[in-house]
Amino acid sequence: MRRFAELYDRLDMTTSTNAKVEHLVDYFEEAPPEDAAWAVHFLCGRSFERPVTTTQLREWTYDLADVPEWLFEECYITVGDLAETIALVLEGRLESATDEDLQLHEWVERLKELRRMSERRQRESITTWWRQLDTQGIFLLNKLLMGAMRVGVSSGLVTKALSEVSGLERPTIQHRLTGNWRPSADAFEQLVSDDTADVDQSRPYPYFLASPLQEDPDTLGDVDEWYAEWKWDGIRGQLIKRDGEVFLWSRGQELITDTFPELRDAGSMLPDGVVIDGEILAWRDGQPLPFSQLQKRIGRKNPSTAILREVPVSFLGYDLLEVDGEDIRDRPIEDRRRELDGFFADTHERFRLSEPIDADSWEELAEMRDGARDHNVEGLMLKRHGSPYRTGRKRGDWWKWKVEPYTIDAVMLYAQASHGRRANLYADLTFGVWDREGLRAEPGDLVPIGKAYSGLTDDEIAELDDWVKSNTIETFGPVRSVPPEQVFELAFAGLAPSNRHKSGIALRFPRIKRWRHDKSPDDANTLSDVQRLLEDHHGTVEADDSEPDPEQQTLFDA
Amino acid sequence: MTSQSEPLLRPQNGGLYCSAGDFFIDPLRPVERAVITHAHSDHARRGHEVYFAARPGVEILERRVGTKKTTPAIHGLEWGEPVRFDSVEVTLHPAGHMLGSAQIRVESDAPEHEVWVVSGDYKRADDPTCDPFEPVPCDVFVTEATFGLPIYQWDEPAQIFKQIREWWLDNREAGRPSVLCAYSAGKAQRILAGLTEWTDDRALIHGAMVEYCDIYEAAGISLLPTEYVTDMDPDTDFAGELILAPPSAFGSSWMDRFDAARTGFASGWMQVRGIRRRRGYDAGFVLSDHIDWPALLKTIEQTGASRILATHGKTDPLIRFLREERDLDAWDLDDAFGADGPYPEGADIGWEASEDGGGGGES
Repeated sequence: MRRFAELYDRLDMTTSTNAKVEHLVDYFEEAPPEDAAWAVHFLCGRSFERPVTTTQLREWTYDLADVPEWLFEECYITVGDLAETIALVLEGRLESATDEDLQLHEWVERLKELRRMSERRQRESITTWWRQLDTQGIFLLNKLLMGAMRVGVSSGLVTKALSEVSGLERPTIQHRLTGNWRPSADAFEQLVSDDTADVDQSRPYPYFLASPLQEDPDTLGDVDEWYAEWKWDGIRGQLIKRDGEVFLWSRGQELITDTFPELRDAGSMLPDGVVIDGEILAWRDGQPLPFSQLQKRIGRKNPSTAILREVPVSFLGYDLLEVDGEDIRDRPIEDRRRELDGFFADTHERFRLSEPIDADSWEELAEMRDGARDHNVEGLMLKRHGSPYRTGRKRGDWWKWKVEPYTIDAVMLYAQASHGRRANLYADLTFGVWDREGLRAEPGDLVPIGKAYSGLTDDEIAELDDWVKSNTIETFGPVRSVPPEQVFELAFAGLAPSNRHKSGIALRFPRIKRWRHDKSPDDANTLSDVQRLLEDHHGTVEADDSEPDPEQQTLFDA
Repeated sequence: MTSQSEPLLRPQNGGLYCSAGDFFIDPLRPVERAVITHAHSDHARRGHEVYFAARPGVEILERRVGTKKTTPAIHGLEWGEPVRFDSVEVTLHPAGHMLGSAQIRVESDAPEHEVWVVSGDYKRADDPTCDPFEPVPCDVFVTEATFGLPIYQWDEPAQIFKQIREWWLDNREAGRPSVLCAYSAGKAQRILAGLTEWTDDRALIHGAMVEYCDIYEAAGISLLPTEYVTDMDPDTDFAGELILAPPSAFGSSWMDRFDAARTGFASGWMQVRGIRRRRGYDAGFVLSDHIDWPALLKTIEQTGASRILATHGKTDPLIRFLREERDLDAWDLDDAFGADGPYPEGADIGWEASEDGGGGGES
């Protein structure tokens, strides 16, 4: 297990994604395939049934190390990781470590055997291993025993590394890892095998990505040369049916067929050999629901009937890339749309077409765009007549013409040191708005409304950092509180009710638009101002209880 | 020993004051007579009129508390050499923390006839750069508790030096410099001495270490051959070199010259992965000049002290452990002189938190 322990250490000690991939590649190239298979299993965060409970592990540690429970707890608080706390507390109580180095998969076998043992024999086995391993070995054994291997590696990184090792494209690996993949030497060999017949049928096309339109639309020429649609606020996806099988891919090239079983079922009615580019939307009564509703579905594989009923989804098709098994991306958009319009919406009620919007002038389109929020859409898409379906973000044929984001003026409350390029600069800010009526706080207090870090120039960040450092009121770990004196204009893409925020509101994709040196804190917006925006945007100020983790927001790169 | 009488020592001026002998131990603010455990800046300050310290540590102390204009008055005491301050006798005993680091034993005359020992910073692990700690029997033992949790158990130092050497060689093979951060006075010399078992390659040192290395070598401690980085052309190819630097140099522009360097940190704090990760070094070497948990318990037992006063670090778990599991009268140094402690008279004068508490100090 030393090789895997070394990999674990390297992954644990770097925050660089590239370095992590490099370490994974090194490991996969050297490790025996059976070990590599289990490494894939654990590093992708797949579950492993715990042979014993953490309570048992703790109790055996108290006895073996002669450390009372309260003292163990003190240690745990300092270390912050149970597997490591046990390993460190046991250090020095241990007999001489053996030189025996079992492979990772041999350890897995040992742990599987444990499941069938009596508690007395489990305890004997584990405490014997603890005595024989060094601290790092105990730590890793504990991690395996606890069935969790969180080391800052996602299945995405593992896929990337395997793609480098095998020379295969990432979707190929991704596809092979979905479903009932079980770790074994054969399974690993097959994972990196260059015979890709098994995955060709599921393969999506690279997406054509629109560029943001920043100029006046007049610069695009005559409005007649353009085909306009709503820019839907959902998840971009490719729906594929080949050889009787349905595949749904996210824009992040993740296979999400199992997340949306109703689309998989509807897809089975599609003719064979089609690939449709479109948008997954929460949809009810002929209307898209806000993105915050769709969020409840993101990241849940095999969702419950309750959630399926609560947030029904539709797939809005806007382009056809393959028909009768033939790649038609080079044909003009009108052709492709004609083909799509001919069958798609009639196949199933969950399938709809993203209808074209007719307008005689840019002014008319601009007006419709300004009303976009009433339709729960983000703005307009402009696609050039006669254009093919290109690859990637090629400027010129596809533009997204978004509605201006919402803005408010808010007061800085806290600053936190940033990471990465802005490491150790206080550029990660928390903002508040006035709660004059005492809706969520004491009347007249500032209530936190959101965090934002992007949007300032390097000079502004340096200035801000100075100000924070010389005006700190209190320090809590990496966070400093500051006097409510600085006003910033925040821009955000939307907002949703939230029980997890004191303000009762979560801002979507907030960023700093401007540092308003010209404004005094009293000029900042109030919570009731923001609630009015919320009502306009969402129709209600009541939060749902089943709000997902906001980090999942970016999961599908929607 | 009764709680009514004036205690032999009590916190004052950021150190401990002995009224019976009118002197201070490790005071932070200027006083007339200061007895110093060792020459780290949180124990030895400028501005006292007369210093008393262990003979082997005099030169380092001079370097620490002297200025260009003044040479401080330092009395060097041999180990165990008694010195009388009014009605108390003081002797110094090796603490094993760094060259010349001392425990301070204070004995009052009859009728109280009480012995207190102030450990200063200390360790029991092997260290060729200083005299080894010796347990001193006493009634009251004032001990440091920087690493007072069972998660802190040090490996044999020889193992750590081997790890450092292997890391250095790996980096050399990869064509990279190895920048190892360690405190300038004590830890750096301990590493340079420890590595002599594995190599006689030269090491490069930061300017802050030069004088300390000279002092150690003058004391007859053999170190790796060293060269002063700043004397070298900044365009030198440093690939394959080991460079010792104080932690404050980590991330500074001084580091820019070491192209593609791997960085490491030698400290007891490196025992915990989360801390290794947060500090941002490529490698952490668990090498401490402080006492670890098992040796701390052993030492307390060996002193035979009936009362333990703990200071530095998180003292609460140690105190509770000593009370509940060892049946000892253990106190946090602050609390011992507080309203509920055995020495409530000194309640109004707090012991100042040392500057290296909470994860940052010379460890």
